Amino acid sequence: MGLLTNLRDSISRVTDGLFAADEPKRIGIYGPPNAGKTTLANRIARDWTGDAVGPESHIPHETRRARRKEDVEIERNGRKVTIDIVDTPGVTTKVDYKEFLDHDMEKDDAVRRSREATEGVAEAMHWLREDVDGVIYVLDSTTDPFTQVNTMLIGIIESQDLPALILANKTDLEGSDVQQIANAFPQHETIPLSALEGDNMDEVYTKIAEYFG
Amino acid sequence: MAGPKANVDAADDPDDGDDGVRIDMISGARMEGLTGMEKIRLILDGVREGNIVILEEGLSPDEESKLIEVTMTEISPDDFTGIEIETYPKAEAGDQSFLDKLMGRESTQKLTVIGPANRIETLHKDENLISTLVSRK
Repeated sequence: MGLLTNLRDSISRVTDGLFAADEPKRIGIYGPPNAGKTTLANRIARDWTGDAVGPESHIPHETRRARRKEDVEIERNGRKVTIDIVDTPGVTTKVDYKEFLDHDMEKDDAVRRSREATEGVAEAMHWLREDVDGVIYVLDSTTDPFTQVNTMLIGIIESQDLPALILANKTDLEGSDVQQIANAFPQHETIPLSALEGDNMDEVYTKIAEYFG
Repeated sequence: MAGPKANVDAADDPDDGDDGVRIDMISGARMEGLTGMEKIRLILDGVREGNIVILEEGLSPDEESKLIEVTMTEISPDDFTGIEIETYPKAEAGDQSFLDKLMGRESTQKLTVIGPANRIETLHKDENLISTLVSRK
């Protein structure tokens, strides 16, 4: 076992050294719908590049295509990391166009939106298996984190051996419970923040540099 | 009211689906020889017929990822709105064999319940219990 493990570690170190250099890391922002992924992606992009990634909305599945913001340079404690932020659609196992009708949408628009949402989620799952180097997993700290989608996604991320940072978002809202998220995923560090208000972003950037640098 | 009935195998029951809810309980042995896509097809074919599928040993994380991806491609308005899936929270991998640990294989033995999203609703879930409400067609 020792020999095989050492061999595997050596190969890993060599390949890491070959590719780690100055290549930007593709960091996928994942999480359930309406967790604040796009708000966070926009906050990071605006803070470090001045541009936004995409429109934010309270309607679920506003983000229906993975959007990428390339070459975001984050400097922390004298250390610079370059990342490509990939803002992904909220992952779910079900999409019913009728839910969009509650948001003053005509049926045709709702059907189109649901079709785009399903394509976006499928694309996000594919990205997760093939095309990201690390994951920022965003959760709404006012909602129950013990959902099947969260459990499955964290399991998928762990099985890929991807570095993962869990963010408990929306701490500005009443009912925010960061500890509940920390309890749900005790194997990971949980960082509280309000992406909307920009609260605790300093710690978020420090952790991004630490995890993905 | 017709009660739920459990079928170990997919029998062609003329009453099937009219009043009751069909439950397919699929053993680990039945899934063992199947490829990932064959497992996903077996699950989704059953669920799209309105059945509840219970897997004795669950899916690997990679298979779960592909199940979500394939489910998304099959959702269509007024026909199929997706799946509801529940497993017990992942236990620590203390029961993995020496060979599994060596090869980096994860134990996927976790009872998994999958059903059509418009017919199954989770009422309660903790590490020991999954309670679901299944509606008839």
